[in-house]
Amino acid sequence: MSLKIKALTKSIWVFHLAASPCNNCDIEILDLLTPRFDVERFGIQLVGSVRHADAILVTGSMNRKARERLKRVIAQAAKPCFVIAIGNCACSMEMFGKSYNQMECLDNVAEVDAYIAGCPPKPEAMIQGVVALIQAQLAALKKK
Amino acid sequence: MTPVNRTQIIPIGPYHPLQEEPEFFKLHVEGEKVVKLEIEIGYNHRGIEKLAEGLTYDQVPFLVERVCGICSTSHPFACVNAIEDVGGFDIPERAKYIRTFIGELERIHSHLLWLGLAGHFLGYNTVWMWAWKYREPVLDCFELITGNRNHYAMFKPGGVRRDIEDEDIPTAMRILDGLERPLLMFAKIAMADPVLQARLKNVGVLSYQDCVELGALGPTSRASGVPWDVRKDHPYAAYDKVEWDVVTTENGDVFDKVIVRVLEMLESVKICKQCLEKLREVKDGIDANYKEIPPGEGIGHHEAPRGEVFHYVRSDGSNRPVRYKIRAPSFMNVPTNNRAVVGYTVSDATITLAAIDPCYCCTERTIVVDVDTGKQLMGWKELLRLSQEKTRKLMEKYKSRMDRVWI
Amino acid sequence: MADEVVEGLKTKFGDAIKDVYEKSRRRTYITVDAARLPDIAEYCYKDLGCRFQICTGMHLEHGFEILYHFAMDRADRIINLRVILDLEKPSIESIARRVPAAEWIEREMWELLGIEFRNHPDMRHLLLTDDWLEGNYPLRRDWKDWRGGEHDTSE
Repeated sequence: MSLKIKALTKSIWVFHLAASPCNNCDIEILDLLTPRFDVERFGIQLVGSVRHADAILVTGSMNRKARERLKRVIAQAAKPCFVIAIGNCACSMEMFGKSYNQMECLDNVAEVDAYIAGCPPKPEAMIQGVVALIQAQLAALKKK
Repeated sequence: MTPVNRTQIIPIGPYHPLQEEPEFFKLHVEGEKVVKLEIEIGYNHRGIEKLAEGLTYDQVPFLVERVCGICSTSHPFACVNAIEDVGGFDIPERAKYIRTFIGELERIHSHLLWLGLAGHFLGYNTVWMWAWKYREPVLDCFELITGNRNHYAMFKPGGVRRDIEDEDIPTAMRILDGLERPLLMFAKIAMADPVLQARLKNVGVLSYQDCVELGALGPTSRASGVPWDVRKDHPYAAYDKVEWDVVTTENGDVFDKVIVRVLEMLESVKICKQCLEKLREVKDGIDANYKEIPPGEGIGHHEAPRGEVFHYVRSDGSNRPVRYKIRAPSFMNVPTNNRAVVGYTVSDATITLAAIDPCYCCTERTIVVDVDTGKQLMGWKELLRLSQEKTRKLMEKYKSRMDRVWI
Repeated sequence: MADEVVEGLKTKFGDAIKDVYEKSRRRTYITVDAARLPDIAEYCYKDLGCRFQICTGMHLEHGFEILYHFAMDRADRIINLRVILDLEKPSIESIARRVPAAEWIEREMWELLGIEFRNHPDMRHLLLTDDWLEGNYPLRRDWKDWRGGEHDTSE
């Protein structure tokens, strides 16, 4: 198990999962790939299938329709797989919590490994969040 | 062209990394031709209209800003127009120029974003990288003036929340000047590249009649010659105080939609510069400070990058709306896919679906089924690959002419 | 120009035009008889050349109101046709066959407010899930939250 976690901390392949977002977090995630931030030089890339992913980036407040799909996708992911909540909506449903089409918060449905808050979080904040997650995993490994 | 194998079933990953929010498209194909389209939406429905009934008028712009993140200023713009329409309120002239400036800067960032995605769907990843690279200074300009790259929170009923400082104007002007060369480059590429012409001309055609019948909005209808533009037809803010033109073309295909968006960006740069010049002189304040909204109803609309955003508010004199209605332009544009995608080949489906610039994006959950057997043939990933493959083949064909296009 | 439109409507539809409120030069609200609404809407769309913008449905104390918003782009004006429907059984003829742009919004008004649109070409859920509790309309003033209760079969 520890070898898998260690392998996960290098060249993370991420899968982007949009669960009723307003799209702002999503375009900031895509911004990470473009020349100014260019995370591909760290080996981080977006993959088309969740089965290839080391981490799932979830955006949006997860309405009723999106919740069913989200559960299925996370179940399909090859474990271990980090789940990272990007943006205030994924962290806490932000201002949509009281809506008739919202069910519950993301962390009631899946185990979230990192919360990156912001509306939207700046690309620098997302990079910092991912780095903090990696460092936390490596520190936990060392303790063992 | 990769032949479509009727008996092959390819499992779809339900979410595609390049697509923001899903709608669901089911393309029924006969061989390579799309014969029917089913559209399902609702993956983004967060019940915002009902939420607005529980908020005060000061809070509503913050809520509606998050209807869409890409045109995140369009909804607050229509919102404040609607609230001000209830009482027939006017706002200071400086506020009008600031609103217009922010609205047009957003149009530039939104169209550049779309250009990048369109490039990716076609297999021109360089266009994607360049379009988003030139978008970064626009986001820097937003951050300089409003404090955030997205979700600017600039609008309030009665005016704007923040002023534009005189010392920031030269920086903003410099950024706008720096945009003209890349925008002209994109226009040149579109006009001169034979592969883009082959891919986009006569693809996904919407006729003038289609657009009028379905109420299509924004560049989607202006590309078909329908001159609807709320900024010219129902002037508001400072749009009737600056010089600019509505961009229309005739053919209604995807190529025209590209041209309309690129030329609109150039018009937006023109408008922004004029607003900034005016802001050096017009200093009458940024907020009319209205305290009460009388009973009544108000309608506000704004020409967002995708088309007309429409808001309606019913007030009973208290500080919360009785009813708040929001209609995004994609609500009118997405049904036009029934006419633009059906009858064309499946390899053109990705770019046609993207051509209306769907704001509740979109094409991520697209599957293709065989019309006879009902069996699922491919998903979004495969559709994208089909589109990019078609471009690659065309690039081979036009190889000798290509070398002269790229600078 | 302002009066021509209203006078034209009154001449053509007589009693069906119940009330006209000219809020401003740009905004006119016309209350019409619900039974004649489809003809009046078609007249605005075809004869006056208006652009159909959207409908707003509301659940109010005195009844269900639907506003049909039509833009006269050349005249910088919006004509709003208002109908008031019965509180117990709100029902009106669909205009979707005459004004194709209205198809989706009528579906939305049915599923969120419970207004019946007679002879709609394709009435089914647009935004809500298909397993949404029947007869439960979220945008109504007296909406009852059914989620998580005995009727909710989602996991």
